[in-house]
Amino acid sequence: MKLNFPHPPARPNETPDFSALDIPPAGALDVPALDIAAVDSRDYANGLIRVLNENGEAVGPWADYIADLDSEALLQGLRDMLRMRAVDKRMLNAQRQGKTSFYLQCTGEEAIGCGFQRQLAAGDMNFPTYRQQSLLIAADYPLESLMGQLYSNDLDPLEGRQLPIMHSSREHGFFSISGNLGTQYIQAVGWAMANALSDNGQIAAAWIGDGATASNDFHAALLTASVYRPPVILNIVNNQWAISTYTGVATGGSRTYAARARGYGIPALRVDGNDYLAVAAVSRWAVERTRAGHGPVAIEWFTYRVAAHSTSDDPSAYRPNDEAKAWPLGDPIERLKTHLVLRGDWSDDRHVQTEAEILDGVTAVQKEVEKHGTFVKPQPTSPSTIFKGVYADMPEHLRRQRQEMGY
Amino acid sequence: MPRMTMIEALRDAMDVMLSQDPRVLVFGEDVGYFGGVFRCTAGLQAKHGENRVFDTPINESAIVGMAVGMAAQGMRPCAEVQFADYVYPAYDQITQEAARLRHRSNGMFTCPLVVRMPTGGGIFGGQTHSQSPEALFTHVAGLKVVIPSTPHDAKGLLIAAIEDPDPVIFLEPKRLYNGPFYGDHSGKSVGWAQHPAGDVPEGHYSIDLGKADIRREGSDVTVLAYGTMVYVAEAAADKSGIDAEIIDLRSLLPLDLGTIKASVEKTGRCVVVHEATRTSGFGGELIAEVQEACFWHLKSPLQRVTGWDAPYPHATEWDYFPGPDRVIRALQKSMED
Repeated sequence: MKLNFPHPPARPNETPDFSALDIPPAGALDVPALDIAAVDSRDYANGLIRVLNENGEAVGPWADYIADLDSEALLQGLRDMLRMRAVDKRMLNAQRQGKTSFYLQCTGEEAIGCGFQRQLAAGDMNFPTYRQQSLLIAADYPLESLMGQLYSNDLDPLEGRQLPIMHSSREHGFFSISGNLGTQYIQAVGWAMANALSDNGQIAAAWIGDGATASNDFHAALLTASVYRPPVILNIVNNQWAISTYTGVATGGSRTYAARARGYGIPALRVDGNDYLAVAAVSRWAVERTRAGHGPVAIEWFTYRVAAHSTSDDPSAYRPNDEAKAWPLGDPIERLKTHLVLRGDWSDDRHVQTEAEILDGVTAVQKEVEKHGTFVKPQPTSPSTIFKGVYADMPEHLRRQRQEMGY
Repeated sequence: MPRMTMIEALRDAMDVMLSQDPRVLVFGEDVGYFGGVFRCTAGLQAKHGENRVFDTPINESAIVGMAVGMAAQGMRPCAEVQFADYVYPAYDQITQEAARLRHRSNGMFTCPLVVRMPTGGGIFGGQTHSQSPEALFTHVAGLKVVIPSTPHDAKGLLIAAIEDPDPVIFLEPKRLYNGPFYGDHSGKSVGWAQHPAGDVPEGHYSIDLGKADIRREGSDVTVLAYGTMVYVAEAAADKSGIDAEIIDLRSLLPLDLGTIKASVEKTGRCVVVHEATRTSGFGGELIAEVQEACFWHLKSPLQRVTGWDAPYPHATEWDYFPGPDRVIRALQKSMED
């Protein structure tokens, strides 16, 4: 008898090695019918939908599927991702300066949230994890609110209740984030059931990381989505690392997370998450399918977590420092940029200029937001907000405790 | 006025709310076609349709997790957990999600849901069909915790719970489903048809959450009880001849401290009884509140009668259940000093 303990291909001071990954060529998979059944989705669940090839060309049936996405739409995607990366950069810096207690980047994963969000409609609701701030960026969420939340100042819509990055905005289709991993996945199913019952035409999108697919609520969600078939898209962001734990500890003997979802009777696709065009194409397809009433669909976004898990993490303790550079699917911003240059819609100069302009814009907002207070110079909201909203109407015992506090 | 069992009263409450409010949904294990293992939802699916009343997989976290999502999106889910003993897989969804959603989102999302569950022993259910986990919920900010002791209250409280804007844990003393239980398992059982508390008004009515009911006025000692123990306390008072004022708390969170305080100030003595285990039980909270609010009125040490700090047994159930004799001893001890 011998137990199996999965290990990553390389540890610190070893050479990054992704040779075991099976990366099929771009354009290899076609676009399935919107009402595809789980049983027929095997190739999509085990394969990898890719649009941009190594030269930056958009190829294959999925490229044709989004042929109407014009230069402006793609440039918007590029600007979304650049803005996301600029926000991450500035906010990481702010955390290093002690202006916020905590931050968490999504470097390398920008295409997924940015590309997906642009395919949703008003009224649709994401049930995100803490690494989907890209959804907010592409939903044009005001940076003042986003940064105010990180600084817990008077611009924070949550009035200092939540750990930085645990945003919430009903208006922007972003459900309140919980720190307990996985719980949002089943809630998205319930929300989508309510959509179906009230026939409001809206859909829900659940999000989870590869590590949290091990949680009970991931399985609860796949089962109930399979049973009731509500309008929900079940997204799995496989970025290879759950803090220090290699993705193999969550996959076990399954080939892919998409295959696991398919095992529950839900059609599933696996997508190159660093390919903005593949993200846009599959998101559009999935949104269209779900809104048309064909039931749930699962998508595994295959990517790599370039940054540390959070500002409390040091990945050099468990993986090679240069592993991100060796990721065979590249960087989403670089790849979209190459494609746009190839199309004649973009240039290196314009890219450098735009990148600088966006960073300047983000920095300008940051300076304004910091005038409202940071962790270094706090201007916190009244402590009495602790008692506000525990219940709709404050019960007597909370009133007494608030008085005891002096408010 | 029709006379109903507690099961019928609960069913009537759900029926009224399903008829009146299209946002109300009823679901759980065996709840749909069959109508629940205790028959609380019998006939509701046939009457209101599968979109409103339906069966779920055996996954309590899924049941409550779905309810959280539905509630946040404007529905009024009333979910059943088959036994309170089965609620633990849903504890995460109840305590970290439902209870906190309003607060953590600063009111952007709310969670008006009800989780019903049969609680308590007395049916030879053994350790996984007899538990009383109320203290695990009263310890959580953002929840309301309700436990009726009569068919009349069961209906009015359940309607109030479904209409409440916040999550409510609704504990149903299963030993009281078909009739009052005075703690003597060998005695003749009485049905609700023979008890005035079985009178249940037709149609819509509600009982405010957070309001206790003085079940019996008395001058010697205040007894704080809820659920099945209300009747055990009545039996103990009758048998001992002690003039006890028996308060049925009905709602544990929020707690009607005003009614408790007025009674203890009058009697100067207090006995707390519950079926749940003793250590860190809700009785400890009651005793702390009473001593804080009424210390200078007290004539004797506060007493509590609870289940033993051991798993609920099957064959020796009646040695575990805190019956009238134990309550009498506590009443007498309270009166001694």
